Amino acid sequence: MIELTIILVSAALLFGITLWKRKSPANLREIPALTRLHRTLGLSIEDGTRLHISLGTGSLLDARGGSALAGLAMLRHIAERTSVSDKPSVASAGDPTLGLLTQDTLQAGYQAAGVEELYVPTSGRVTGLSPFGYAAGAMNISQNENVSANIIIGHFGPEAALLTEASDRDNVTMIGASDELSGQSVLFASTQDSLIGEELFATGAYLGAGASHVASLTVQDILRWLVILALLGGAAVKLVGMI
Amino acid sequence: MRIFTAVVAIAAGILILGGYFFPAFEGMQALLLNWAVILAGAAALVGIFNLVSVHTDKIRRQEKGSVYSALLLISLVATFLFAMILRPNHATMKIVLSGIIIPVEASLMGLLTISLLYAAVRLLRRRADLTSIIFLVTAALLILGSATLPFGNMPVLGTFVGPWITQVLALGGARGILIGVALGTLTTGLRVLFGADRPYGGN
Repeated sequence: MIELTIILVSAALLFGITLWKRKSPANLREIPALTRLHRTLGLSIEDGTRLHISLGTGSLLDARGGSALAGLAMLRHIAERTSVSDKPSVASAGDPTLGLLTQDTLQAGYQAAGVEELYVPTSGRVTGLSPFGYAAGAMNISQNENVSANIIIGHFGPEAALLTEASDRDNVTMIGASDELSGQSVLFASTQDSLIGEELFATGAYLGAGASHVASLTVQDILRWLVILALLGGAAVKLVGMI
Repeated sequence: MRIFTAVVAIAAGILILGGYFFPAFEGMQALLLNWAVILAGAAALVGIFNLVSVHTDKIRRQEKGSVYSALLLISLVATFLFAMILRPNHATMKIVLSGIIIPVEASLMGLLTISLLYAAVRLLRRRADLTSIIFLVTAALLILGSATLPFGNMPVLGTFVGPWITQVLALGGARGILIGVALGTLTTGLRVLFGADRPYGGN
């Protein structure tokens, strides 16, 4: 019942705060990686270069689907902004269901920009079905398709190092986030700006994807404080010998 | 159509979520999850067709690296045909798996070691701040602490500092990050359930 209560409270908070955030402007702290992402988006359109968005190997049928869905929300926004560029963005996925949604999301971005006729189905790709196979295929895109920035957001393990190394070799900007601890440490060590932990889920809010994204950050903050209070309360109760 | 897909997706999401809390929904949850697994299998085939069309396009346009695309397509078709004729459990197919795919992935893992070492060496040049210094010092201490030496474990580092870092500091930090990721996953899932994010059928 505790789980159901958490879900219901979170849902109520998300709904209420979304309505409230529609009327008030978002006030977000600066995250260097996301500032860089904003700048990279603008530069790629001006330069006529391509962005490569890697969504990782997260399957939508298990717990790793959350990061994949966050990546798709970001992709939707990037696709809309870069659809009229000379070199439109390319997205890659390492899971077949995620690959299908990648194509659908890209198409939705083109539709929203009013240029659906420019959409090419091969701009959303499944490059491999195992983590290393996927990384090898994604490296190929970044090296051969006039890519100016690699944005990797999703479920990545240590294989992310292969992508960062390929980006480094070709002087391609790299922005990375993973929901996996090993992936996060690799990205921290090998990229200039990486997103740590729940920052992965903030990309939509920072790219202006809507009030619901900003509201979900506020809900996360509220829930985090509740977790902190619960941890401290539990420790205090244990200290006084009540449990 | 968009409204219809949203209604179907939200209803499916609520039924599957309900199955975890209410026994009445369990049968429906199992049925929907089975359908999802079957659809995921079909999606794998679509993914392979996508891979084929991307690389065929590359060869047709004679793009950079099209030789590798040709090699990939030949290997794909050959493996697919042999697997269809011999069946996936045949000894030859097992040799293809254990003699080609596993060694290639292992060699990529080997490359990874060098890449990570190189990244660690260049970390301070890329980002000279306190967190980078702490990261490198911690990594160095742990590597030294776990090094196999002729006289056994490194005193203090291997017996006290290393275990304390991994069991107390790193474990606490990892749990903090995982709680953050879990909260992010929860709100992202709720957004999809509300239909605020629709990664299916447009937005």
